[in-house]
Amino acid sequence: MCPPDVNSIESARPTGQAPGARTVPSALSMTPQPTAKPEVAIAIDKFSLWYGKNQALHEVTLGINARSTTAIIGPSGCGKSTLLRAVNRMHEVNPGTRMEGKIELFGRDLYAPEVDPTVVRRRVGMVFQKSNPFPTMSIRDNVLVGLKLNGITDKVLLSQRLEECLKLAALWDEVKDHLKRPGTSLSGGQQQRLCIARAIAMRPEVLLMDEPCSALDPIATAKIEELIQQLSSQFTIVIVTHSMQQAARVSDFTAFMYLGKLVEADTTDKIFSNPANKQTEAYITGRFG
Amino acid sequence: MDWQQGNDRHAWRKIKSHLMSALAIASACIVILPLGMVLFHVAIKGASSVNVDFFTKVPAPPGSPGGGMANALVGSLIMLAIATGIGAPIGVLGALYNSEYGGAKFGIAIRFLADVLNGVPSIVWGILVYAIVVVPMHGFSAWAGSLSLAFMMIPLVMRTTEEVLALVPNGYREAALALGIPKWRISLQIVARTALKGIITGILLAIARVAGETAPLLFTAFGNLNWQSSLSQPTAALPLQIYNYAISPYNDWHRQAWAGALVLIGFVFLLNIAVRFLARGKRA
Repeated sequence: MCPPDVNSIESARPTGQAPGARTVPSALSMTPQPTAKPEVAIAIDKFSLWYGKNQALHEVTLGINARSTTAIIGPSGCGKSTLLRAVNRMHEVNPGTRMEGKIELFGRDLYAPEVDPTVVRRRVGMVFQKSNPFPTMSIRDNVLVGLKLNGITDKVLLSQRLEECLKLAALWDEVKDHLKRPGTSLSGGQQQRLCIARAIAMRPEVLLMDEPCSALDPIATAKIEELIQQLSSQFTIVIVTHSMQQAARVSDFTAFMYLGKLVEADTTDKIFSNPANKQTEAYITGRFG
Repeated sequence: MDWQQGNDRHAWRKIKSHLMSALAIASACIVILPLGMVLFHVAIKGASSVNVDFFTKVPAPPGSPGGGMANALVGSLIMLAIATGIGAPIGVLGALYNSEYGGAKFGIAIRFLADVLNGVPSIVWGILVYAIVVVPMHGFSAWAGSLSLAFMMIPLVMRTTEEVLALVPNGYREAALALGIPKWRISLQIVARTALKGIITGILLAIARVAGETAPLLFTAFGNLNWQSSLSQPTAALPLQIYNYAISPYNDWHRQAWAGALVLIGFVFLLNIAVRFLARGKRA
């Protein structure tokens, strides 16, 4: 991928696969198999991260396949959110963080000196644990804020994108008649879907989700999970979750982390039926964590 | 167990409790007493002279009845407007820098200096502006008066703005960062916009605070008994006019000074009501 591309908002979508075609869950790139490998969207290579003197990640190496959903599970404090935030360089917001190693997005080093973190974040969207639509903005403006504040003023494009993203986020039918109402007037589950619409309005290649359902009731959770499954045909989704059931329901691949280290990563089926590692087995069977 | 002794102790505790309550109530009364006395006194003395002439006419010559403070009202409003135009943006942007960009140590230093500035006696601002504006321009002016009021407003606006910016949840900053929005736009269009009501509240409070300032205007706007024809002339202001009238030997002017005080208090009162109104709808 060439440098101008990485710095443009409307970056080209990686080609090679028709949208809608799910990758056949085979294996993560860390356990290479002789069969045709799916395209790797995010390649994390010996990535370590420190908060001050406290090492939060220890040489994590993990490949995340394009247009599929990867769940990161593990007990609290295992570094899964830290790893997620390293992919869009959000951890740099906290002073005193230091990293080593490499993270590549479609072959391009995200931490190369010439790469602007704001551009990385346009290509790697994020949905947070607590839904956070901007309270001063309408539903419409909440979806379009990323585009508008990045200088896009074309009205036709904006209204197309609005409808497209709200439909993708399965929210269009519920809000299409009152797009001018404040984003915070929606229910908790709707707000979280609004935040997903806001994130995909930037047309990111990757969508990071940091426990997106942990503040929601079961019905709203089910809707978000359904949405994740639909979106994973178009986006590379990485979801951090405390709920192993959720990981099992929505993801194609699962990575288990413990004490800042990646313990095991494989297809979700394999992890939940026949994990290779004892710690993984202990965690998924509920014996610790 | 000696029940009698326990009861004695209990009774003494009750007495102490009542004493403390009484002391607290008395202190609370003493707090509002001066305010009540001032309002009452000013209203009694000034109400009779607040009439149409007061708002529409310039001062009458000493000894002749009538006249008003129209020039002082307009002068005050003009200088407050210019002072707000200078002081509010600088204060708000300074606070934005401190809250969104500033490092911990530098931020603490700036905050400390702003607090020191808030404690500088207002006459000092008047003298400073006299030295840097009035002397080089060879004359008193509305510009000089506005500038001295602006100097007072900057640290006031800065500190209140900083406090409301700190109330904006970090989740909004993170959400905006994650969309790849440039930092300066996040600061202005997400953070400041979320805290807008609080920022306006802070600005209104700063206006209310400097509206009654006399000392910074003594050496800068100076005052004027007639209409000022430009911003580069000595300019009348309500607090200055009150001061000049109050120290004059004429009874008519004393009455007008009371009326001016009443109008000034009314103006500040209205500003405070506006602040209440805004603050009521403020988001947490």
